[in-house]
Amino acid sequence: MKLTRREFIKHSAAAATAVAAGIPPDAFGQNVVTDRLLTQLKWDKAPCRFCGVGCGVNVAVKDGQVVATHGDINAEVNRGINCVKGYFLSKIMYGADRLTEPLLRQTNGQYDKNGELQPVSWERAFDVMAEQFKKTLRDKGPSAVGMFGSGQWTIWEGYAALKLMKAGFRTNNLDPNARHCMASAVAGFMRTFGMDEPMGCYDDIEQADAFVLWGSNMAEMHPILWTRVTDRRLSAPHVKVAVLSVFEHRCYDLADVALTFRPQTDLAILNYIAHHIIRSGHVNRDFVNRHTRFMLGNTDIGYGLRPEHPLQKGKNIGDPGGGKPITFDEYAAFVSRYDLDTVAELSHVPRERLERLAQLYADPAVKLVSFFTMGFNQHTRGTWCSNLLYNLHLLTGKISAPGNGPFSLTGQPSACGTAREVGTFSHRLPADMLVTNPEHRKSAERIWKLPPGTIPDKPGYHAVLQNRMLKDGKLNAYWVMCNNNMQATPNIMEEGYPGYRNPANFIVVSDAYPTVTTLAADLVLPTAMWVEKEGAYGNAERRTQFWHQLVKAPGQARSDLWQLAEFSKRFRVSEVWPKELLDQAPAWRDKTLFDLLFRNGSVDRFPNSQIEPGYLNDEAEAFGFYIQKGLFEEYAEFGRGHGHDLAPFDMYHEARGLRWPVVNGRETRWRYREGYDPYVKAGEGVRFYGHADGKAVLYALPYEPAAEEPDSDYPFWLCTGRVLEHWHSGSMTRRVPELHRAVPNAVCFMHPEDARRLGLRRGDAVELVSRRGAMKTRVETRGRDKPPPGLVFVPWFDASQLINKVTLDATCPISLQTDFKKCAINIRKA
Amino acid sequence: MRALPVMRPVSLVVLCAALGFAPAATLAQRPVPSDLPGHYDRMRGNVPIPEEATPPPLTNPDNSDVRRSRAYAMQPPVVPHKIEGYQLDRNANRCMFCHARTRTEQSQAPMISVTHFQDRDGNFLAELSPRRYFCLQCHVPQAPVNPLVDSRFVDVETMLRRSGSPSVPPGGPAPASPREPGQR
Repeated sequence: MKLTRREFIKHSAAAATAVAAGIPPDAFGQNVVTDRLLTQLKWDKAPCRFCGVGCGVNVAVKDGQVVATHGDINAEVNRGINCVKGYFLSKIMYGADRLTEPLLRQTNGQYDKNGELQPVSWERAFDVMAEQFKKTLRDKGPSAVGMFGSGQWTIWEGYAALKLMKAGFRTNNLDPNARHCMASAVAGFMRTFGMDEPMGCYDDIEQADAFVLWGSNMAEMHPILWTRVTDRRLSAPHVKVAVLSVFEHRCYDLADVALTFRPQTDLAILNYIAHHIIRSGHVNRDFVNRHTRFMLGNTDIGYGLRPEHPLQKGKNIGDPGGGKPITFDEYAAFVSRYDLDTVAELSHVPRERLERLAQLYADPAVKLVSFFTMGFNQHTRGTWCSNLLYNLHLLTGKISAPGNGPFSLTGQPSACGTAREVGTFSHRLPADMLVTNPEHRKSAERIWKLPPGTIPDKPGYHAVLQNRMLKDGKLNAYWVMCNNNMQATPNIMEEGYPGYRNPANFIVVSDAYPTVTTLAADLVLPTAMWVEKEGAYGNAERRTQFWHQLVKAPGQARSDLWQLAEFSKRFRVSEVWPKELLDQAPAWRDKTLFDLLFRNGSVDRFPNSQIEPGYLNDEAEAFGFYIQKGLFEEYAEFGRGHGHDLAPFDMYHEARGLRWPVVNGRETRWRYREGYDPYVKAGEGVRFYGHADGKAVLYALPYEPAAEEPDSDYPFWLCTGRVLEHWHSGSMTRRVPELHRAVPNAVCFMHPEDARRLGLRRGDAVELVSRRGAMKTRVETRGRDKPPPGLVFVPWFDASQLINKVTLDATCPISLQTDFKKCAINIRKA
Repeated sequence: MRALPVMRPVSLVVLCAALGFAPAATLAQRPVPSDLPGHYDRMRGNVPIPEEATPPPLTNPDNSDVRRSRAYAMQPPVVPHKIEGYQLDRNANRCMFCHARTRTEQSQAPMISVTHFQDRDGNFLAELSPRRYFCLQCHVPQAPVNPLVDSRFVDVETMLRRSGSPSVPPGGPAPASPREPGQR
């Protein structure tokens, strides 16, 4: 019905008159419901489901459904604002194609790798899955079992998965999709500080005089932090913003200094700034002498490709993270190669801009925060990028103090809280501990009440290695949970898809919706999401945030936690442990992994009566004890007293999150600094206590070229990334009509001159081709992203345009994180 | 290795996409029949992983200037007009040429929400709070395309009306369902 405004008012007035006259109207009821019993909404707090900023959200529930969400004014992170995705959280759970029952590939009612996905019961799903996992354990042992998890797992889901894999199945083949996301930041922090995660917090933003963005499009990927940076920049006119990127994006709209550099030359720019600081006499000598030492890092370390790959060459492939001590003077001589002229020529950045940037770092009066994200992390020298950036903050002492510091931003809501802190990596245990360290394994075995030797001592397969091992038939029983890796993984057609469809392998995928990954699965498990379960996330500023279950999941969808714990009931300890272990703990022989891991007197110690009245908890109800609380409290034992202290469980349901270490109920805003960090003793001033000597390490590291650079056959750089309106692979946001209409499909952002040279016009279909694969998209020469000639940008959210068929599975050899930002492609009209 | 078996039903989504901007009558129908057989990802369309479809054409955003209902009171309104080429940087904010408090009489555009005057601590400022400066972080244009899949989100108003409120006169039916954007 199309009405003009006047007709609409006339019509509405007639209806109102009818109501007033007591005549039941036939088209409209009373037009305002006023009964408080009906209009009241039940509001609760939750962190946002999307990025690592960790905004607080208020969630309204009525009749068992989420009906509204908005920014929580009491949440310090965002104080009442959300980005457009956050504002539409209400709709993410309600796509009509939610998975509501397990699906198994079958032919004539039998499991068949080449059959069709058909509905089955949970009972049957777990029967077949357990049979496949047991067969693999029997035939090949624990090294052929693996799991790919998530920075979107709640803390206890990640912890339950870690226990199931490392203590239950006794395999370290557990890695999170966070490996694709921020492993370089982790490796960088560990190398320089001996301890992961930023020293500062978001409060730095309101106190800084300058912001430098290194490979970070905060305006789109961390929008609410960007509102804080924007607020600071525009309300305090002396503040400066510098943005470094390989193409112009929305952050340039706020930039005072914009530096578009040739891909990979950020390494040289970082060393130039260090050289500038030293040459201009701005080294904070006292700070450097007291709190730092210097190392020359190994160079020529390869690109993390398969050993037989032609690009995988380098003299230090065997020891990429190694190095040797050097002096300050040797370091100064090392960086002196990176003078202004050399770096301007290499990076294609005008000299004047490089100097302005360097002066921001050098000027002792300027408090400066460096933000970095995927441009740094997804980099074949990503760990080096982090190290070289820390050098700048350490040389000037601009670190661990309000308004000063390097800050790694994370892409996922619990990349920090779960992937990093719980340690769901192939080499890790909780609280920064390592599987290769005998003392660390011993601590874990003590807390888990396991006999010595239970946890395997070699790192397992990391993200891209899992794909390679699936393809090679060495990893055979595989569980993908809470991520969409067939869309997210690099080099899909050569290294992703073949492994999933390898007849030797059984692939289980747990998700809330059908995805490209469920399409490639043999068993699909329907999963509860976000406020359909009680949860906890940890954001980028070390803030741990909890939420209650607010609604029921649809159909038979179950949370990841339920799936992990319930599946563990299918295994007797005698089926997974070797004789040596069983002899040490014969009482466990006939118990199940569920008994061993979750009924261990620790995880099951809190009764359901401790659940806050008025809230659902489907997992606690299923297992008969407050499993989330038990898992959290057991997990917290790893970090308490070791600089990773978490508060008691119940505190988090009250607070809008707390930043660890939380000691005596007080959170820590600036680590390593006396007066803020309870682990720094009086008189120490600053202590980088991650290393035993209390010192941070400056690494001398060079510029080295990218793994694959453009040439005559593949003349363009391809950079991939995200957009504001969609979150990662789009499996949630593309099901929200408003977000889909905002950005319906991926496009190829291209310089108009490049388009002209190729005979292309805006909107033309093109094929992007690399040595590995091809995808089709449309040319966009306008809009928010403006690449320089010779480079194109393609977002990866669009499941109908798989740009990762084109990307290269090269990684940083230290962090093992993929470089999704650089490979060489050709472009032709489709 | 065999390619994955994938069902290939002719879906309404595909038909609608082929038509480009769909008429209101089509939009009112379910974009995807719920009884569609087989398992596939509607975000991808019915295309096996190894294959690549021809991408849909670029779509210009809705420029009708017709305001859209919000899904709930706190939803930021979408932008019902073109914004291509708008300057929105630290030097100028083109949106505020029309949506600023002092410009709305002339422009007849809706004024920015009163919340937009508040700083982080909740104090009301004389002008737009800089934290709200970049409008497109919350307000987005809408292309007139069909959803890839139905949304089962229920408008709270629908719940109120169906719950048998004593405030609702007997026989008072639910109001017209909220209009789909793009529907005229």
